Amino acid sequence: MSDSRKPRRDFIKLSAMTLGGVGAASLLIPFISSMNPGKDTLALASTEIDLSPLEEGQSLTVIWRGKPVFIKHRTKSEIDIAKNTSLDELPDAEEDSARVQKDNWLVVLGVCTHLGCVPLGQKASDTKGDYGGWFCPCHGSHYDTSGRIRKGPAPTNLPVPPYVFLTDNRIKIG
Amino acid sequence: MSSDQLQGYKKTLNSPYTGIKGWIDSRLPLIRMMEAEYLKFPVPKSLNYFWSFGGIAMFCLIGLILTGIFLGFHYKPSAEDAFDSVERIMRDVSFGWLIRYLHANLVSFFFIATFIHIFRALYFGSYKAPRELVYIFGLTMFMLMMATAFLGYTLPWGQMSYWGATVITNLFSAIPVVGDAILQLLLGDFTVGDSAVNRFYVLHWLLAFAIVGLVVFHVITLHMTGSNNPTGSEPQSWDETVSFHPYVTIKDLNAALFFFIIMAFILFYYPNILGHSDNYIKANPMITPAHIVPEWYFLPFYAILRAIPDKLGGVIAMFSSILALGLLPWLDTSKVRSCLFRPIWRYCVLLFAVNFLVLMYVGGKPAEDIYVLISRIGTAYWFLFIFVLAPLVGFLETPRQPLTITNYLQSKKA
Repeated sequence: MSDSRKPRRDFIKLSAMTLGGVGAASLLIPFISSMNPGKDTLALASTEIDLSPLEEGQSLTVIWRGKPVFIKHRTKSEIDIAKNTSLDELPDAEEDSARVQKDNWLVVLGVCTHLGCVPLGQKASDTKGDYGGWFCPCHGSHYDTSGRIRKGPAPTNLPVPPYVFLTDNRIKIG
Repeated sequence: MSSDQLQGYKKTLNSPYTGIKGWIDSRLPLIRMMEAEYLKFPVPKSLNYFWSFGGIAMFCLIGLILTGIFLGFHYKPSAEDAFDSVERIMRDVSFGWLIRYLHANLVSFFFIATFIHIFRALYFGSYKAPRELVYIFGLTMFMLMMATAFLGYTLPWGQMSYWGATVITNLFSAIPVVGDAILQLLLGDFTVGDSAVNRFYVLHWLLAFAIVGLVVFHVITLHMTGSNNPTGSEPQSWDETVSFHPYVTIKDLNAALFFFIIMAFILFYYPNILGHSDNYIKANPMITPAHIVPEWYFLPFYAILRAIPDKLGGVIAMFSSILALGLLPWLDTSKVRSCLFRPIWRYCVLLFAVNFLVLMYVGGKPAEDIYVLISRIGTAYWFLFIFVLAPLVGFLETPRQPLTITNYLQSKKA
């Protein structure tokens, strides 16, 4: 082969390989995508709850997307403690008002943000940790009455799931 | 190529055998390969019983695959049925209890053999040139083994299965920005559930056979260089070697016999001692057990995870603890392989082994002050050993002149 033809050959090789590579890589998309939650799983993604049986001070655990959601009917003192906490004391600073839609109802995911355990504190007999909210038994994270992380290895506050009040006593999560 | 050359080349492909053996071997050269690599393969004369644990680990792997096949005939991989199908194997399937207890305990003994095997490689310098790839394939298998064991532990769908899987898969959520999306992709759901147990079952099988494939590479690379031995000196003549069969095969079988007698004792008298009683409670996504403890063979790495107060940092430390070991062939600057002739490094390696056991102990304890402190010291030594001691000791220490295999055997007799 003469030298003058070499760049042409190189170009053909390179473009064939590139095209083949891109084609093979794009074939991965449907396979990887198939591993995601299916439509039936996504369809179960909202839950409606009646709040009227919950007295002040009581909590309820409901299941949303297979995960526990904590609904807490907060007492006046719990609300005050949550509102009066200085942001400087919080590892993941967030105002209580940004975490609730109505002051007396706190709705958070009951999944510790460290490694996914379910914190204790929903039952009257449970330990509620040093800050009166929840305590995760796995690695010792403490959450306050706004579900915010105060002490322990968890990096962030208990997340607030998307929810709307359908009526005063009925919410829809998801 | 001239026609003479072509004839000469073809001649090298001729089988040394005749008859049926020759007929097969000239078409599929497996027989001559097995003879060269296993029957007549020369092995240093001076191997001690530490060298039996690779073979023992392989026996464990074979046993796990065989018992796994028979468990698979009865197991149902779904959140609904998994726990009950395992209980059915234990109670109703003929000899199901034996097959499942064998499978569960063989894993533990697979890890025991592997830990001893890796210690052997560190102490006698088997990781050093020219055996780096043997070592790297070995560490890769070790990581796949841990992944396979983790996936398998999820399958009985007990409380420890479920919460162990939740905690470990949540490690991926530590990845910045895309962590949660990756977690959903891996689980096929928002939590560990039906979809996860189904794919974990498939992956448990897949990775088991991936390990078998890597065993082949491990052995091919080993047979290119030949086995290391306690002196770390290469054999100088045929006199310093013995053939693999019958000398090593008999010795390894002997070691395996004692090893599996101990396993049988645990299997028949304390079949659950290495497991956790909470795993006999069906998985409940709403209740977390008070103490989540991984299987004993994960404890050192779990201790490293918890030693770092930051979530992402802990995950990185845990994974890099094993990856860093893979750099040892290049970080160890000494020209001498075996610790028998390395007065300082020898104690570094022994301390590394003790440190491993200490980490194992604290990994099983609650994450309280004193245990966290010990796990931090242990984690620090782990990385100090690899990144500081390995290069430094090689420079500072004055090793003794390694003995030849013949002189070593004579000195042992004297």
